[in-house]
Amino acid sequence: MAKKTARKKTTKAGTTSKTTAATRKTPRRSTRKKQPANEKIVALVDSVVADAAKKRDPSIVIPMRTLSNAHYNKARRIIEMGDRTATRNFFDLNKAKTFMQTVLIAGGCKKLIEEGKTVSIRGLYYLSKHTIPGTNEKTFNDQNESDPVIEDLEVALDALREELHVFADSRGSIAGNLTVTSRGDEIDLRRMGAGGMGIPSIVEPDVFTFKKCNAKFVLHVEKGTVWARFNEDKFWQKHNCILTHGSGQPPRGVRRLLHRMHDELGLPIYCLLDNDPWGYYIYSVIKQGSINLAFESKRMAVPDARFIGVRSKDYEEYGLSDDVKIAIDDKDIKRAKQILNYPWFKGKKDWEKEIAAMLKHGFKMEVESLLTKSISFVTETYVPQRLRHRGKWLD
Amino acid sequence: MATRTASRDRGTREQTEQMQFPFAPAGGENHGAILPEPAMPRKTGQSVKKHIKNGTATTKKKAARTLRKKAAASREKIAAPTTRKKRRGRGYETAESMSKAQREISVSEFFAKNRHLLGFDNKRKALLTTVKEAVDNSLDACEEAGILPDIHVKITQSDADRFCVTIRDNGPGIVKKQIPLIFGKLLYGSKFHRLKMSRGQQGIGISAAGMYGLLTTGKSIRVTSRVGKRSDAHYYEVQINTKTNAPQVVKDKTVQVDWDHGTEVAIELVASYQKGRSSVDEYLELTAIANPHARFEYVDPAGNVSEHPRATDTAPEPTSAIKPHPYGIELGVLIKMLKETRGQTMAQFLSGEFSRVSPGVARKICEAAGITTRARPTRIGTHEAETLYKAMQETRIRPPMTNCLSPIGPDQILAGLLNGVKAEFFTASTRSPAVYRGNPFQIEVGLAYGGELGPDPSKEPEEANNNESLVRRGKVVKTRRAPSQAKLMRFANRVPLLHQLSGCCIYKSVLEIEWRRYGLLQPGGNLPQGPLAILVHMASVWVPFTSEGKEAVADYDEIRKEIRLAVQDCARKLQAYLNRRKKQKYQADRRSTFERYIGELVGACAGIKRINQRELTANLMAVAKHVTARADEELSLDGKARDDNGKARRRSGRPKQSEPDRPRPGTSSAKSASGIAAAAALGPHAGAEYGENTVVVDRDQAAAGPLFNGDAAP
Repeated sequence: MAKKTARKKTTKAGTTSKTTAATRKTPRRSTRKKQPANEKIVALVDSVVADAAKKRDPSIVIPMRTLSNAHYNKARRIIEMGDRTATRNFFDLNKAKTFMQTVLIAGGCKKLIEEGKTVSIRGLYYLSKHTIPGTNEKTFNDQNESDPVIEDLEVALDALREELHVFADSRGSIAGNLTVTSRGDEIDLRRMGAGGMGIPSIVEPDVFTFKKCNAKFVLHVEKGTVWARFNEDKFWQKHNCILTHGSGQPPRGVRRLLHRMHDELGLPIYCLLDNDPWGYYIYSVIKQGSINLAFESKRMAVPDARFIGVRSKDYEEYGLSDDVKIAIDDKDIKRAKQILNYPWFKGKKDWEKEIAAMLKHGFKMEVESLLTKSISFVTETYVPQRLRHRGKWLD
Repeated sequence: MATRTASRDRGTREQTEQMQFPFAPAGGENHGAILPEPAMPRKTGQSVKKHIKNGTATTKKKAARTLRKKAAASREKIAAPTTRKKRRGRGYETAESMSKAQREISVSEFFAKNRHLLGFDNKRKALLTTVKEAVDNSLDACEEAGILPDIHVKITQSDADRFCVTIRDNGPGIVKKQIPLIFGKLLYGSKFHRLKMSRGQQGIGISAAGMYGLLTTGKSIRVTSRVGKRSDAHYYEVQINTKTNAPQVVKDKTVQVDWDHGTEVAIELVASYQKGRSSVDEYLELTAIANPHARFEYVDPAGNVSEHPRATDTAPEPTSAIKPHPYGIELGVLIKMLKETRGQTMAQFLSGEFSRVSPGVARKICEAAGITTRARPTRIGTHEAETLYKAMQETRIRPPMTNCLSPIGPDQILAGLLNGVKAEFFTASTRSPAVYRGNPFQIEVGLAYGGELGPDPSKEPEEANNNESLVRRGKVVKTRRAPSQAKLMRFANRVPLLHQLSGCCIYKSVLEIEWRRYGLLQPGGNLPQGPLAILVHMASVWVPFTSEGKEAVADYDEIRKEIRLAVQDCARKLQAYLNRRKKQKYQADRRSTFERYIGELVGACAGIKRINQRELTANLMAVAKHVTARADEELSLDGKARDDNGKARRRSGRPKQSEPDRPRPGTSSAKSASGIAAAAALGPHAGAEYGENTVVVDRDQAAAGPLFNGDAAP
């Protein structure tokens, strides 16, 4: 049954895949890009100058990136950012420095845009870091100060990170029955050896396109170690699929790629994650988007993604040994309850049961726990079994 | 023995002077007991033993040895412990034999033995007491004569522990025939028999200093005095005869001096000189603070000349003597007064001899005591006197007149503190007169805060609170400045009190105050911590000292209460200042934060777009100035009074003469080395917004930062 739907989708996606990248996506992007980012940055400076001229406190309006300003859109099944904003004033003792930092980062981005180059967020941090003349103070003390400022700027300018020519470290890998073009180079993901291809931070259609896809679905696993197990067993070859991982909480590049594979290639996304609150939340981020990047949800979330394991009941079902148990602590319990309270988990009986079962067990399990049965148990028995039984998936 | 050592030191030239030493003949009657320094002379020690031996052997033949016995009588005390065992009950005296040794003790003999009562406990204190007694006398004399005092103190060192102290004033001088009595007789003076506010009280001080000098060095006290331009100066060398408490004039001549009037006293004494706490230096510093109308010049043993300039030209109001108040006398005194009065009737006696007793009050007292108003005071018996005394205590009588008091006054205290303490905030408060035991008194308090008094906890919290020394491998690597404890300056009738801090009523009262309430730290119930100096002055016709040495004020509830109220008044003003400064610091911090980031912000903007950088900076600065307007207001306090300041000053109703631009003659002539002069030249600006009688000196105007120096006022 699973195969059937998957194939159905694949054929559907297969027809679109060749055209989508170029045609369907581009117009949507261009509507976003009404005004180029560098012009928005100039407008920001203009407002500062204008405010100062009127002897007013210069301010930047930044949409809030908090839980209170993140709404779950039931119809679209994604998290969307609300319209609450915070005003960042310069003449506020607590915000003066952040204000200055925001403008500094904007200046750095403008330079990057003009020179047509991209740097990592760490690179931008170094670009903008210097000592304030006449003091011992640095504009940025560490990257933890600059990263949120970059995100602030993204939402304030309504410009994406890639429009600002900034990217994050690439984390996560991909391998499988897919051929892509990245910056003009054609890459066959079937011939990637043991490491697979690192998923770049920016996978927008202008730099990253799908050339040829024969896969039927995407299996996303939590981390590299599990992914390596699947890759070594040539799981993607046997099951004609694409294998990805996101090194824990997947970065934007991985999420964007999953979204595009689902959207443009019509591939179903199946997730194999740890049975613990962090695993649940990774799934939640892939499925509905994150609170912090709620403004990107429509480009990244995959509402149709499915959670295939690891389930709490697997412990009994597969007769796993006691050694796989990892006792849950207060932090886990707190996080689990927090997750249960998110609007997008509420009302999902299966999930409520699943989390309750985990709490009742009093232990959590990692994907690796399945290795205790046999080394290839997870690739040869567990996942194939799961893929056959739709009823055991969690939505 | 002492004389022998001394003569060895001095050589033969001064042998003649040694001969004049009246109470130290070679046989040494009793001076061995007076002198603590040399050990018991061997020769005399032997004679004691010998005498004892004789005593045990021939008890009945004692009469023959009266002479020797007499010599040993004064040593009985010392000898007793060693002799008791040997006597075995056979060496007891009889009434007759004891009567031979019984004789009158002269007051000088008493104080020569008990000199610690007068402040000559040790060498260091002896030097201070000598200077102190002379300076106090000079100040009293000048004040009574209405002269602005100009006092020179010079200490020279002639030997390891030998000093010569010379004090000269510009007072009225002393009449020739009084000189020997004043300087050569204990308990001789003008101040004992009156109830009037003055520094000296008993008439012991200077003659005791002379006596100490004579005892330790054998040198006479040298006095030069001139009463006016027309008369010559007299030079006297006076010694005191301890046996008779009478002066002996050694030299008497007329000399030429280059000053018009005044007195110069020179005393040579065995002493030791050390700077620091309770030193002559400190005494003079404090005296200058409490006597801003006086000028001091001081030459220390090293030859360094320092000057405490006059801070004000206003001499203190002359005080008048008052009669005792009925509440303040004791029964014995009353009986004595009854005997000695010239009043014919009780009514005349009561209203004539006491303060605040009108004929009406006198009648009430008599009624209460059951005595007719026309009774003769001399006929009142002891029993009746007791009822009279009780009646006097029970009748309601108004508190004594207070015109006998001459407080320093808040303005003068401020002048003194400004002159002597390098601080930022000054405030003073004078309480209205109060009464203890029928004696009027008045408490004044001055506070100085900040500046060079120590690290400021509000400015550098880490520096002020951490008193750590970093020790690595047993060595002190780094030490932090200790949190400074407040300095308490105690004064009684303008005389600084330097000893017996913990026994003093003033100290106890200051400890009683909850300094935390006023924004200061007070760990462990000690004096508050912080760069604070507290001046407490008690003015009274009779300051209740705990001892003749005038070292501490006795504890009376009334005095304690007044001190507490006065200190609290000042502390409230200090608190207002501290709060204000905290706010100011916050605003200044804010502004400097903005200032720091404005440059960065403009730079970043300029990197994005071509803009007029100067204009943007100016505009942002203007906004910053507006936002932190409060800090600006504080900065403008430095004399360039704003409208709102002026209002504040008027509201507080400060007395006119204490306006900040009041003439400060002392400071204009002051040496710049004093530092305070430079600060005063900047103009101490009124701290009127913190309360009355408050001065704020802006010592670190740079602290606020170069902020708006080139400020762009649009």
